[in-house]
Amino acid sequence: MSNKLSMHVNVDDFLPATEEEKRYMVQMRPSSTFFKDGMKRLLRNRVATVSLIIIIIITLSSIFIPMFWPYSYDKMLGVNPGKPVDSSYNNLAPFTYGKTELKQIEAGEQVFPHVFGTDSAGRDYFIRVVYGTRISLAVGFFASIIVLLIGMTVGSIAGYCGGKVDLIIMRIVDIIYSLPDMLMVILLASVLKQTLGPALAGTALEKIGSNIISLFIVFGVLYWVSMSRLIRGQILSLREQEYVLASQAAGAKGSWIIRKHLLPNCISVVIISTALQIPNAIFTESYLSFLGLGVNAPMPSLGSLASDALNGLSSYPFRLVIPALVISLIVLSLNLFGDGLRDAFDPKLRT
Amino acid sequence: MSENRMDNLVEVSHLKEYFQISTGMFSSKPLKAVDDVSFNIRRGETLGLVGESGCGKTTVGRTLLHLYEPTGGEVRFEGKPIRTKANINEFRRKATMVFQDPYSSLNPRMTVSDIIGEPLDIHKMYRNKSEREQRILELMDRVGLNSEHASRYAHEFSGGQRQRIGIARALALNPKFIVCDEPVSALDVSIQAQVINMFDELQDEMGLTYLFIAHDILVVRHISDRIAVMYLGKMVELADAKEIYEHPLHPYTQSLMSAVPQPDPKVARANKRIVLSGDIPSPLNAPSGCPFRTRCPRATAACAEAMPEFKEVAPGHFAACDKI
Repeated sequence: MSNKLSMHVNVDDFLPATEEEKRYMVQMRPSSTFFKDGMKRLLRNRVATVSLIIIIIITLSSIFIPMFWPYSYDKMLGVNPGKPVDSSYNNLAPFTYGKTELKQIEAGEQVFPHVFGTDSAGRDYFIRVVYGTRISLAVGFFASIIVLLIGMTVGSIAGYCGGKVDLIIMRIVDIIYSLPDMLMVILLASVLKQTLGPALAGTALEKIGSNIISLFIVFGVLYWVSMSRLIRGQILSLREQEYVLASQAAGAKGSWIIRKHLLPNCISVVIISTALQIPNAIFTESYLSFLGLGVNAPMPSLGSLASDALNGLSSYPFRLVIPALVISLIVLSLNLFGDGLRDAFDPKLRT
Repeated sequence: MSENRMDNLVEVSHLKEYFQISTGMFSSKPLKAVDDVSFNIRRGETLGLVGESGCGKTTVGRTLLHLYEPTGGEVRFEGKPIRTKANINEFRRKATMVFQDPYSSLNPRMTVSDIIGEPLDIHKMYRNKSEREQRILELMDRVGLNSEHASRYAHEFSGGQRQRIGIARALALNPKFIVCDEPVSALDVSIQAQVINMFDELQDEMGLTYLFIAHDILVVRHISDRIAVMYLGKMVELADAKEIYEHPLHPYTQSLMSAVPQPDPKVARANKRIVLSGDIPSPLNAPSGCPFRTRCPRATAACAEAMPEFKEVAPGHFAACDKI
């Protein structure tokens, strides 16, 4: 036994494993959900993370800055009741002041600077840009939700029912798809402006204006088609899966199968295309406002700010550059974030 | 057969399932996946259903459960015909299915406990959450799954374990009848044995009746009491498992049985393999009369005239051939 070269195995060298050691050998991996996996991949994508941070900063500042900013978006600083109109407040360059403000500064008072100057009516431009961003983001967000809801419902019904129902719905979709959407948006916006205007008078919605409401309607009517096509395609392939048949064999009805089996399996596609729909809506709102079909007069949006800036373009180019930059920044970061979402959640791209 | 009518859990008579296949822009042709099939399944027995791929085995199982609307014929369960929606709903509680592919038959977004609990959720078979939980754990235990894995997703399991999840789901409503659609074809041999033995045990414990669909005759022979053979949407022979294995009467069954691999080389050498000529015809262009006549060694001109009747040629032994 003491022979070091012996190949003989000494049984005494082996001890039975303790309970603790046995437990150590059992590999228990915490169950990871699809969502957790996706989030992990998303946060590893630096471009998407930075875009997300930018979106969050822009959103939060558009919500909170107006709360403490000393100027309001519709106050013409040169117009004060009981005093003559002071035109020195109009068209101020950034970080310059009007006559009365200069006097206050001389008297040693603190005056909050006009960071982006003022517009031709003497309104603080910075706060107008912030409000414009707020409107643009709200339009983008709500329009996408409307598109999502309509598109998802119609698409899943068409995909699941198939046959004649699918045929009819898809032909309607084709018709809407073939309409020139720009023309339709302008037409609908101007028609709805006439009909909605009186109906909204006196309600809380009046301030936003009939144009924005009609914009939502336009989105609801026109832009759900691509979403519903996408979801229909997904559901057409998913409903052939055996787990759908298994659910039917257990006695499930159509709505149960759509809710429990089909939609959860195409949710990644839905999230991604919604995220990519938001910049699209912001863009549409901007060009409609640019054409004068956007928000009502004192309320700014990024598009109407850019449109107003055209008048004094040669003297005050920054007034066009600023809202244009903000639009670009929002749209770019939302697009990049949407791409990141797709990379993280689309199972077809996963290796 | 009227004297043992009470013994029959499932009675299928003249079941037909035609799929419309479009052959051009405006024309379509019926694909007769199942054409006039009749059989009974006795309470507590296992009826094996074999045939080549594409012969309509799976369609029989699915049409039987009314997952496809039958084109014609009738299914009676416990003596009652399945016709109205209420009938079907009640039938669904007592008759379920185990699927072939353990991968696509489990929803990847659902945890094991949700998959097994789904039939319970659909029929609201519990009073509170803890009762549901308990029932799910009981089912997992019954099919040999570790109850600690209830909150895991299906992709974290092996094929055999996944098939067990599928079986647990089928058992959730305490059914009387299960259609097993090639439940072991996707598994490797050692796992096949485990799963098949489990089917056997469950049958004894719960008094289940199976329609066991498979293309592997040895598997079917092991588990079945009686075996039915299908060819091109029609049933050609039905008899006791031992009888059909040892004395097949229909020429198609004879050739099928001669192709079964023999483990004993002496027996294998002694047996003569009947090799059929030609290919299985397309079900879209099925031959007139007997569907098997194009490949049948005994075929005569009369076979093209009419489909031979599916009749009892020996006690309990049915076959559809006039040349027996």
